[in-house]
Amino acid sequence: MFRLSRIVAVVAAAVLAGCNSGPDPAQRQAAVEAFATVQKVFQHPRCQNCHIPGDQPLQFDQGLPHAMGVARGPTGHGAEGLPCSTCHGEANAPDSYGPHAPPGAPHWALPPPQQRMVTLGLSPPELCRMIQDRNENGGRDFAALLKHVSEDKLVLWGWNPGGTRAPVSVPHAEFVAKFRTWADAGGPCPTG
Amino acid sequence: MVSLTINGKTQQFDVPDDMPLLWVIRDMAGLTGTKFGCGMAQCGACTVHVDGAPLRACVMPVSAVAGKSVTTIEGLSADASHPVQRAWAELDVVQCGYCQSGQIMSAAALLKAKPEPSDADIDAALSGNLCRCGTYQRIRAAVHRAAELAKG
Repeated sequence: MFRLSRIVAVVAAAVLAGCNSGPDPAQRQAAVEAFATVQKVFQHPRCQNCHIPGDQPLQFDQGLPHAMGVARGPTGHGAEGLPCSTCHGEANAPDSYGPHAPPGAPHWALPPPQQRMVTLGLSPPELCRMIQDRNENGGRDFAALLKHVSEDKLVLWGWNPGGTRAPVSVPHAEFVAKFRTWADAGGPCPTG
Repeated sequence: MVSLTINGKTQQFDVPDDMPLLWVIRDMAGLTGTKFGCGMAQCGACTVHVDGAPLRACVMPVSAVAGKSVTTIEGLSADASHPVQRAWAELDVVQCGYCQSGQIMSAAALLKAKPEPSDADIDAALSGNLCRCGTYQRIRAAVHRAAELAKG
């Protein structure tokens, strides 16, 4: 009986070890390479201008402080009395309004002050860790992160920013594929 | 045809979908208290409330607010008795007056969200409303006074 339990324990340990072994080196390498594309998107001005450590969003490709002292506010939706939606509608302004009209997308906002999801200024390893830190990313696991980058209408605005704004430089489908490659491997981070 | 409720009155407007709400308010509904300043949401002169929230009417296509309730300076109160309007008159805030309907609508939106704002709250909420006469000190004082008046 003792011998049987020991065999069962050894087999169970081996199975569990197999489950915890993570990606093989080739998969890990591919995931880390895929993360380079993820980084390029997360730190593009269309995304990064609102993923900031401070409370004043940025604008334009140069990342200038948002005009008119616009602030993150208590929920990320702007100052009380001056919500983002004062100027940013549910969609970009019609072309007839010219290139300088404020852009728009659903739920236009910064991350909330308690979870700023900062991407600005992070090194690749720091960014990699932040994205998967549930204390920073709104409590999202990899499945929720993938859904966010695939479907969120404010995220998708980055590829259709209106006016003369430069869209995110990586095609959305390619970005999502790379994100999936990285996430499926458990989100391995580059070392430097 | 776009349906809008402006200051409690529901109306139909036969206008292009991309006509800015400000054009509809001023040229179609004939309510000229709301001003055109920059046309790019940079100055705040065109501020109105849509379903109770502030909005720059110069950059919002009317089709985007179809069926919603718009309040302009003319509809803030029937007899200029809104606390912000009373405070504005009491402190003689206005100089040339061009920006003031926008200032008042933004101040009213702030007090609705934050009934007792600090100086910093006022600065944050009204920083998008420019005043070429520089009445900012009186505006700030009047928002504090309006907060007192609103408490009764």
